[in-house]
Amino acid sequence: MRVLMFGWEFPPHISGGLGTACYGLTQGLVQNGIEVIFVVPKAFGEEHSLHKNLIDGSDISIDTNEELLINLPKELRYLKIRSEILPYVSPETFDEAVEKRMIEVEKETTRQKSGVKGRKFQFSGGYKGNLMQEVYQYAMVAAEVVETSQFDVIHVHDWLTFPAGIAAKEASNRPLVAHVHATEFDRSGNTVNKAVFEIEKSGLKAADKIITVSDYTKKTLVSKYGINPNKIQTVHNAVLPGKALKPKQNVKSLDEKIVTFLGRVTSQKGPLYFVEAAYKVLQKFQNVRFVMAGSGDLLKRAIERVAALKMSSNFHFTGFLQGESVNTMFAQSAVYVMPSVSEPFGISPLEAMNANVPAIISRQSGVAEVLKHAIKVDFWNTDAMANAIYGILKYPPTAKLMAIDGKKEVKRLKWNESAAKVKTIYQELINEKI
Amino acid sequence: MKKFCLYFQVHQPFRLKGYHFFNIARHHDYFDDPLNKRLLKKVAENCYLPANKLFLNLFKRYHGRFKIALSISGTALDQFELYAPEVIGSFQELVSTGSVELLAETDMHSLASLVSPQTFKAQVNQHMEKIGYYFHQSPAVFRNTELIYANHIGKMLAGMGFRGTVAEGVSQLLENRSPNHVYTSANRKPFKLLLRNFPLSDDISFRFSDRAWDHWPLTVDKFLNRIHNMDPSHEIINLFMDYETLGEHQKKESGIFDFIRNLPEHVFKSGVHEFCTPAEAMEEIAPAGQIDVPEPASWADSEKDLSAWLGNDMQKEAFENLYALEAPITKIDDASIINDWRYLQTSDHFYYMSTKLHSDGEVHNYFNPYRSPYEAFINYMNVVNDLTIRISKKITKKEAIHQSDHH
Repeated sequence: MRVLMFGWEFPPHISGGLGTACYGLTQGLVQNGIEVIFVVPKAFGEEHSLHKNLIDGSDISIDTNEELLINLPKELRYLKIRSEILPYVSPETFDEAVEKRMIEVEKETTRQKSGVKGRKFQFSGGYKGNLMQEVYQYAMVAAEVVETSQFDVIHVHDWLTFPAGIAAKEASNRPLVAHVHATEFDRSGNTVNKAVFEIEKSGLKAADKIITVSDYTKKTLVSKYGINPNKIQTVHNAVLPGKALKPKQNVKSLDEKIVTFLGRVTSQKGPLYFVEAAYKVLQKFQNVRFVMAGSGDLLKRAIERVAALKMSSNFHFTGFLQGESVNTMFAQSAVYVMPSVSEPFGISPLEAMNANVPAIISRQSGVAEVLKHAIKVDFWNTDAMANAIYGILKYPPTAKLMAIDGKKEVKRLKWNESAAKVKTIYQELINEKI
Repeated sequence: MKKFCLYFQVHQPFRLKGYHFFNIARHHDYFDDPLNKRLLKKVAENCYLPANKLFLNLFKRYHGRFKIALSISGTALDQFELYAPEVIGSFQELVSTGSVELLAETDMHSLASLVSPQTFKAQVNQHMEKIGYYFHQSPAVFRNTELIYANHIGKMLAGMGFRGTVAEGVSQLLENRSPNHVYTSANRKPFKLLLRNFPLSDDISFRFSDRAWDHWPLTVDKFLNRIHNMDPSHEIINLFMDYETLGEHQKKESGIFDFIRNLPEHVFKSGVHEFCTPAEAMEEIAPAGQIDVPEPASWADSEKDLSAWLGNDMQKEAFENLYALEAPITKIDDASIINDWRYLQTSDHFYYMSTKLHSDGEVHNYFNPYRSPYEAFINYMNVVNDLTIRISKKITKKEAIHQSDHH
């Protein structure tokens, strides 16, 4: 069985969780005997700041790491498409060549916005750096790839690749699987980008089957996008083997225990709830330091709030961390807190637990569905969050058990098991076609 | 006849290096030596050395008729010593002409006057010692950091034996009176105040090279014409500004050095005006009234208050955390810790944390090593937290030794 997969990023060129998840899934599929043709637009990363805001993941953007590519199994055919070298194409040609319906959505959106902010998406030139343009360029790429490849099923990841999936399906008449790692509602809260939402809806509608990374996300698709729940199946993310963080010795320089928030400091991640919980803990217990590791548009507010609450001597900001710094941070941490307001899955608690750090996670996260050995609280309930932090800090047996059992639990989340579920979905779709 | 009183402020802070959370309780070197050195060398080349040379020539030409006052912060002197000793020699030569009156200030260019009389007095004495050591002068007039003044500060200074101080000539002090007189403080002990004529001072320090300004280009004649037209009862024009105005804030190409070069000649040509130093003015001119300042005023921004340093919660939080160390630090005798604590008091650290957005933002950004006030705050707090840990460890250790001595 062969799958044609469209992603937006792939290690080592990743900006966050999507690339990591795609990598894990493809590895798992290969182990399940499936051949994967993975397509990414090479132009990814050109407009990094724009991506940061649209892709669910941290701000990481690692440049070439040829080793990782070379180590990929040979079954995994990795095509890098240089979308920026595509010849100039007018909207009309594009319209005919790829996907009529999508273009109409695009034009409609443009028309709506033109009264306020002028023309947002330019079809006549200026492809570079315009995400929407790239998304549609990518759909053109998809139509081309279909011509030259043999495959049984198409699999796309998140809205950026949905137009590509639709184009590929129309050009090949193969079944389409839409994989949802995050929706526009997770990313943007109440200020949803209508163009993105429309693309998501079109992709979900065109798909023959939808995979969500959690039941939490499945519910979002049903309630916000009006998708029939029978069309959706949850396949939880997993953890790549051998990626356990090895805590370095002697990294602990501070006497106090450290409670860590690590992630983008944006409303989706709930950083301000962490600040409020920290304040409540400090009312009872001062032998603790809180760390907010990450950056984002809420960082200023978080800093101002910490200053206003006069807890700067116990609350620190590290800025964005990556690579070894993340390991160092986890190695110093006594508690990891993920207070996300909306988290389709949430891989970082797994990384924390893998590094023996007990985790407190919000119930509004997909990862809460697969974890038993983490404390779950509602993101808005800072009393409960403070209570959980206090409990782990003050009662060592709790922390010890959570660390040991948590690590075991994370080790059990294997990608080849998740991939086996995906394989079954492929099989059913192919059988239906026959 | 009017007296021109020129006072220039010479100051450089010890800027911090990027000090990450991971450094806390690990590394204790806080200051960005390469950056501080680079900036000091640059300012020395653009301003201190050429300006000193210019004044030296003018002093020689006018034999004591042309004179100025300088206040050189202790941190600036420390940096000259570290990075550019020739600048000290240059200032010494200038002072030795007898045409320079040196003012006293807090050694660390700090805001200690607002929080601790004890630390304030100690820092003033440290500065006096430094001035005595380098220049053999004992200042009679004090200038507080950023011309911050309030009644309680005047009271402290009078108690310390100063003849007077310099302050900003703002409306909250003057209540419709002119800054062009000598005033006394609202305290029982006699204490004089010279008030900065900020429109005229800012013509030179801020607007000199501004081509969009009505009076550009500013010539000495144009400048003096404004003074000739003033009320004849006004006795003194206080032109107070940063020394870095000359050649650094206002570049050489703007003609700022020529302006200064021509100033004495034109003043003397008038036949009626002359120059004086702050101490002379306080001695010679009878006070025109009393100045009552319950709330601190300063020369900064348009607000002329403390909001540039202690305006937002970050600044207040950092300030409180810094001075929370005042009591514990007296229990230890570690020179390096004490020195770090002193350098952290320089007002510039708080200035970098300002979130005020207006025309003065440009001034706030000058020599500012941070991209945002938030970064400035985080970095500063990381350092203060490390210092706090160092101090408490020293105290714990000392107490342990003390206890074991008893047993």
